Amino acid sequence: MSLIAEFAIVILLLTGGFFSLVGAIGLARLPDFYTRLHGPTKATTVGIGAIVLASVVYFSSQGEGIAISEALITLFLFFTAPISANLLAKAAMHIGIIPYHRTRGQTWDQ
Amino acid sequence: MITVALYLTIGMVIVAAVLNVYRLIKGPDEPDRVLALDTLYINTIGLIILLGITLGTRMYLESALLIAVMGFVGTVAMAKYLKRGSVIE
Repeated sequence: MSLIAEFAIVILLLTGGFFSLVGAIGLARLPDFYTRLHGPTKATTVGIGAIVLASVVYFSSQGEGIAISEALITLFLFFTAPISANLLAKAAMHIGIIPYHRTRGQTWDQ
Repeated sequence: MITVALYLTIGMVIVAAVLNVYRLIKGPDEPDRVLALDTLYINTIGLIILLGITLGTRMYLESALLIAVMGFVGTVAMAKYLKRGSVIE
């Protein structure tokens, strides 16, 4: 395995782990549901995207080519993360969860 | 070098999963718990891919794909249930 591939794998792995951790910390610490929704979507796209990319680089540097399921996982997660976040936000607005008291603007009253 | 980074990343993702479980138990409302479960299955996909790199095999990618599909379906069903009161009308 070449040194460049090794560096790329290390950087991609650490980026993915860092963003997953940041998303989870945001989920655990932010004050209300609408702000909490913000963290995990970033963890999905950047975190899992970087980890899958590290897997792609690792297995191609060993001469095994690119598998279709890696591309499928990335594509599927990139498509579904905004959809599920949107559906959950709609459900929360329908239930009537009270936003954090420092939230500016009441967009759903229009 | 890759081994150290791999173990560091696995540790970070495990800490993230533990924080998600904290939100899953504590979460004051239902959407919080659904969101925590959503994040939890995404972290599980990351852990499965990291396990595949650790063991040097690609066998586990299909299970990660399956978890991605089924987790999305579950999240959509739970959101629909919270919004409408029923999954299929």
